[in-house]
Amino acid sequence: MTALGSGMQPVLDVTGIHKQFPGVRALCDAGLRLFPGEVHTLMGQNGAGKSTLIKVLTGVYQPDSGAIVLGGQAIRPRSTQDAQALGISTVYQEVNLCPNLSVAENIFIGRYPRRFGFVDWRTMRRQAAELLGRLQIEIDVARPLATYPLAIQQMVAIARALHTDARVLILDEPTSSLDEAEVQTLFGVLRRLRAEGMAILFVTHFLDQTYAISDRITVMRNGEREGEYLCAELSRLALVNKMIGAPADAEQAAPQDSADGERGEVFLRAEGIARKGVLAPVDLELHRGELLGLAGLLGSGRTETARLLFGADRADAGSVEVEGKRVRLANPRDAIAQRIGYCSEDRKHEGAILPLSVRENLILALQARQGIWRAIPMRRQQQLASDYVKWLGIKTASIETPIGALSGGNQQKVLLARWLATDPGLLILDEPTRGIDVRAKQDIMDYVSKLCRKGMSILFISSELPEVLRVSDRMLVMRDRKACGEYRRGELDETSVLKVIAGEGA
Amino acid sequence: MNARVDPALAKSATPAASLRTVLLQHPLLRPAAALLVLLALDAILVPGFFRLEIKDGHLYGALIDILNRAAPLMLAALGMTLVIATRGIDISVGAVVALAGTVAAMLIGGTMVMNNGAPEYVANTPMGTALAAALGVALLCGLWNGVLVAGIKLQPIVATLILMVAGRGLAQLFTDGQIVTVYYTPYFFLGSGYLFGLPFSLYVVAAVFAVTLLLMKKTALGLFIQAIGINPVAARLAGLRTATLIVFVYVFCSACAGLAGLLITSNIKSADANNAGLLLELDAILAVTLGGTSLAGGKFSLAGSMIGALIIQTLTYTIYSLGVPPEVNMVVKAVVVFVVCISQSSEFRQLLRKTSA
Repeated sequence: MTALGSGMQPVLDVTGIHKQFPGVRALCDAGLRLFPGEVHTLMGQNGAGKSTLIKVLTGVYQPDSGAIVLGGQAIRPRSTQDAQALGISTVYQEVNLCPNLSVAENIFIGRYPRRFGFVDWRTMRRQAAELLGRLQIEIDVARPLATYPLAIQQMVAIARALHTDARVLILDEPTSSLDEAEVQTLFGVLRRLRAEGMAILFVTHFLDQTYAISDRITVMRNGEREGEYLCAELSRLALVNKMIGAPADAEQAAPQDSADGERGEVFLRAEGIARKGVLAPVDLELHRGELLGLAGLLGSGRTETARLLFGADRADAGSVEVEGKRVRLANPRDAIAQRIGYCSEDRKHEGAILPLSVRENLILALQARQGIWRAIPMRRQQQLASDYVKWLGIKTASIETPIGALSGGNQQKVLLARWLATDPGLLILDEPTRGIDVRAKQDIMDYVSKLCRKGMSILFISSELPEVLRVSDRMLVMRDRKACGEYRRGELDETSVLKVIAGEGA
Repeated sequence: MNARVDPALAKSATPAASLRTVLLQHPLLRPAAALLVLLALDAILVPGFFRLEIKDGHLYGALIDILNRAAPLMLAALGMTLVIATRGIDISVGAVVALAGTVAAMLIGGTMVMNNGAPEYVANTPMGTALAAALGVALLCGLWNGVLVAGIKLQPIVATLILMVAGRGLAQLFTDGQIVTVYYTPYFFLGSGYLFGLPFSLYVVAAVFAVTLLLMKKTALGLFIQAIGINPVAARLAGLRTATLIVFVYVFCSACAGLAGLLITSNIKSADANNAGLLLELDAILAVTLGGTSLAGGKFSLAGSMIGALIIQTLTYTIYSLGVPPEVNMVVKAVVVFVVCISQSSEFRQLLRKTSA
């Protein structure tokens, strides 16, 4: 079925794509080949450049250089509509349809069949049913989309993509909100489309699914094409290795100054904290002055654990003790009262308040803990802000500059400072170095290590395994929404960690 | 001499220039300019517009009249500003005005008694109690709105729509749809009395404005309200009591509306459940918008909303004093509002720049 032979022409051949954003090199010599009649999986960590590449293919971004050849012709899609007209259709992670419109309307939205200038409802329904029939889905197309389960909605999105005589179908993490049976239904559809000769590009974080459906895999790392592999010839371990990057020897020479014996007493102990459908029971313990790394792929339960510990979501099982006392963490305020801080992975939506100034963003958590009435005097606010600007090397025109005007790395530093100002006993850092430049990354990690030595506990979450390995005193590995291995410094061994992440069993 | 002056001038040139840019970029510039244009227009069209005279120790004149009549709207706009800053909206303001006014008027009422042969009116309920009851009802209204928005998470426009209908409905039920007249003189002081030569209502507005401004500047309330309006998720994660704060702004807004209701009933010496405060919420929203606060929430300007309220009242005054037929009133108002709003739209300004370039 898979044709990798030289005789066959790829339907889509993308080479040498460069894309630079202010301060970030998103893609560098990225590329991709897609043959008719294959399911091709694009894999890579967060920030590897998968979504940027897809946005280039679908016309959302214009590449700085590089070639996109579709069916032998060089193209340069200018918009998603443009890409669709050329034959590249995309189904996005969140089903972006209108739940209160009917299935048929959703499929034909924006291009209703017309008759005498009026919408031709009968033709529309008939064609919708035909399209879905092609996917072997038989449902009442006149009913509102919301009455069907997510998987069906996903199929409707695919049917809509197919309607435009697509030659290439891109599925951007279509399975992240589907259950096992729904995933199988989706895969059934993908196999049928493959048999019809469709070229399918599938983006996912799930290894099991990759191996269940793919013919070939392209791995991306740091905005580059790491390589293209036949699925059957690439072991899971090798795949994870390639996604994360070969262990760099230089980086493993980590400072061993925090010897294992002299950990402080326990600051926080969690037993069996869990949330239905989100996280299986997790135990963890954090000592004073300890940096606990939380490793795993996206969706493995890392962020979910952090959110439960911070009260951002409520745990429905388990208990948490802070300094030996059992505490209730029903909301962030409870956690802050226990001197826990949390830098979210989603800087833009859950962290920075963009139009407010650096100073206002920086003092927000401290002021929230002090309450409304005890306003921090303006002079003290300015002092705090300029101190942290200096200590963390934040590049900003002034402390009154809106935080939105700063680069990502500097915004991240301000948010770090927001929590440092509250003098936390435990600071949870969820991907603090994602999407920021190397220099800012280094600054942040240096500062974090310094805090640890002063007795602050840190829970550190990162998709970059070398980074976690380098800084962690201990490391908890998560997979499939549960914890599945704990390693102490010294027994940290990249290969075994990779095996646990990949689920191959050590 | 000259040699001495020149460097001084040169030095002062930079601060002056920066002062100019600060002024030009000040968010209050546009609303203030709009108000000044309206006033200038009045100065030309209405003879003696700026004339103030003292009669019986009271200051009289068009300006005083505008301020006095704008008082209820200014109060409502103050409350509305905070609600809008949290990304909310309160369309029940007019209904709360009617309800609070009705409660006060019914409790006070007034009965004639003969005192040494001279007729005299006494309140049915002590005035203090009646005023407290009216404001209490307003606070309850705000609590209701706040709980619906922050607790049950109804969309603000829907949540307050309920009270918009129910509040006026209750007021009409209490009064059987009749106008309740008040015969108790001390109550009239609130809306039409004078203190140190100025209408008493102005002191009420000034006091509420000052207290609100202090709350926003001297406590963390202003920062918190902005943070919630801009990014409620981040605000919650930073440890703000988002729900409590949202309830507070709705309670505050209703309290302002209740106070406005007292001023209105006192001024017209009666409570008209059908018409008191009718569409006041829309004028209040308009005042907030004219003042430069975005309906998308976040940064807000209390002073801007005050100016916005004055623009609306000045406009109404101008239209009436020019003898424009009442039926044209609404249209003229709409045109002016349209012009002011569009002058604040950055999209429109960009469009202008493009076409002129």
